[in-house]
Amino acid sequence: MAPDSTATAEVVASTATAFVPVQTRSERPSSTSVEDFEAVTGREFEWKFIPLDKIKHLIDGELDGSPVAFTYSESTGTAVEWVDRTHASVGSAGIPEDRASANAWSSVEKVLHVTVSGEESAELVIRRDRFGTEPRAAHLVIEATANAHGTVILEHYGEANLTENVEIVLGDGAQLTVVTVQEWDDTALHLSSHFARVGRDATLRHVIVSLGGDVVRVNPAIHLVEQNASTDAFGLYFADAGQYFEQRPYIDHVAANTRSRVNYKGALQGQGAHTVWVGDVLIGPHADGTDSYEQNRNLVLSEGPRADSIPNLEIETGNIVGAGHASSTGRFDDEQLFYLQSRGISEEEARRLVVRGFLAEIIQQIGSPALEARLSESIEAELLRAQAAGVR
Amino acid sequence: MSVLTIEDLQVSVETEQGTKQILRGVDLTVGEGETHAIMGPNGSGKSTLAYAIAGHPKYHVEGGSVKLDGVEMLDKTVDERARAGLFLAMQYPVEIPGVSVSNFLRTAKTAIDGEAPAIRGWIKDLDASMKALRMDKSFRERNVNEGFSGGEKKRNEILQLELLKPKFAVLDETDSGLDVDALKIVSEGVNRAKENTGLGILLITHYNRILRYVKPDFVHVFVAGRVAEQGGPELAVRLENEGYDRFLAGAIVE
Ligand SMILES: Nc1ncnc2c1ncn2[C@@H]1O[C@H](COP(=O)(O)OP(=O)(O)OP(=O)(O)O)[C@@H](O)[C@H]1O
Ligand SMILES: [Mg+2]
Repeated sequence: MAPDSTATAEVVASTATAFVPVQTRSERPSSTSVEDFEAVTGREFEWKFIPLDKIKHLIDGELDGSPVAFTYSESTGTAVEWVDRTHASVGSAGIPEDRASANAWSSVEKVLHVTVSGEESAELVIRRDRFGTEPRAAHLVIEATANAHGTVILEHYGEANLTENVEIVLGDGAQLTVVTVQEWDDTALHLSSHFARVGRDATLRHVIVSLGGDVVRVNPAIHLVEQNASTDAFGLYFADAGQYFEQRPYIDHVAANTRSRVNYKGALQGQGAHTVWVGDVLIGPHADGTDSYEQNRNLVLSEGPRADSIPNLEIETGNIVGAGHASSTGRFDDEQLFYLQSRGISEEEARRLVVRGFLAEIIQQIGSPALEARLSESIEAELLRAQAAGVR
Repeated sequence: MSVLTIEDLQVSVETEQGTKQILRGVDLTVGEGETHAIMGPNGSGKSTLAYAIAGHPKYHVEGGSVKLDGVEMLDKTVDERARAGLFLAMQYPVEIPGVSVSNFLRTAKTAIDGEAPAIRGWIKDLDASMKALRMDKSFRERNVNEGFSGGEKKRNEILQLELLKPKFAVLDETDSGLDVDALKIVSEGVNRAKENTGLGILLITHYNRILRYVKPDFVHVFVAGRVAEQGGPELAVRLENEGYDRFLAGAIVE
């Protein structure tokens, strides 16, 4: 579909002008200590959409910060180990900008440290499926050494009641892909703050895929701190009835000649499905030659969902290559459905084809054929489930 | 022998100014293997007729019938009509992002036949049809109509016609936007479908030139939402020379 170019696309979302953050992104307070953040009321821009009553205990409550078992695939050129929270790498990509993140930070006992050092492209899959229902804190650091190539996939299944921080550090010239896939059980609560520091000539491909869970929020803050640092940030989410998925990519252009592309796509269906995308791009005073573009597109498949989509661009230097944004939320394009049906394809199958096609653009960017195939199947299953439930 | 019978078809659309009557009683009978050309001025309702036959939701049928071998099509959904054997080659084919031509064609073929085509035979047919229409193989992996030129979109419509093998096809200005060579190539495709499957055709066009390749058995002049005159191929030549003035004088104008 082409929501912004067809008359059939009906805008059901708030737009950029509806909300104005209270401060510029660079002035947002950051600290590793919970007390440094004001108590959360739900009126704050960071907390205004999320169903606060469901996750309040992750912001204020006590958390179990002990290490939780996980499984992973051995892969040459990578290493995985628990390290102490005082490890030198901790805090090198960023520190919390909200209270839930700070609560996790100060509660963890051990940090899971992943190193990608091989120059042959390695793929490491970490499966995290044993968090259970107790409120927990976690902390991961993913470090790609200079000129390393690799992909780290975080897969999330089962139950969770989790607030966590994920740090991603790219040395000069590193090429790293980090994919986080949320296919949690329907009751899972998950707040995840990602911080990335991208070095000189390094490229981070960052992908968020949220398909399962009750409340899932993944907020990546990507700092392009050295010359020619670059990032491609992708997101794909599919919210069913009652599910809440939030993602707030923040691209911080600090150094000159940095590049970013942000592309998030979401599908929503069923009563109470709610997604939030807030895309912040900050082009700092020294970020001459910045080239950036961000977009978010949502496809609403039925009556009842709500999609909030808010791009926010701050530019502090005049000397840039490009900075643009696009945001749209639309329904099925009737002309596409008609075209497919006129070739004998049933309405249900036509809808599935259109949604699959819509999301394919992101799936094709993941760069792991096995994961791409599996996610395509998961999406197919979501569509079939919803159609079986009579959602149109 | 298959037959498509259109009787007293009346169709309206909703506009901002209210309901607008477009088709005002269309009668047409197309037999198996016959080609009927429909010519008429812009806005006379030719595409509306095509869409109404296919079942586009925007067009409301106020009365009349469209029967395929005696079975009413107007009660059926769009996809049911296609599976019954109707096909519409659109004036403006739609882009489907993220859906490859090969996936789309296989899905459509499976839907029409009620079972997936045998892989090897299917690939062979697809290759042969694409080759005959001078469509490069790379089109198979491209998204449906996305970034296709006007002429490429029309070839893609005829590719579907050849592969899906309907009983009756409405070709809505398939010749518009085609260069001289493409016109010939596309016409050959239509003629192959006629020969191979006894396809009956409603061919909507503004120009006589396609009728030199796809020979019509009948020519109908469409004016103000109904057939104003019928004749043989010679009528098309006359229309091209004289225009529609003599019909418009008596037409209903709102
Ligand atoms: N949604 C609509 N709203 C208003 N008017 C419409 C709508 N759809 C069709 N019409 C009108 O109905 C009439 C018939 O349109 P149609 O597309 O069938 O004409 P046509 O004979 O195919 O013309 P052309 O030769 O230009 O393709 C036109 O006057 C057109 O403007
Ligand atoms: Mg027309």
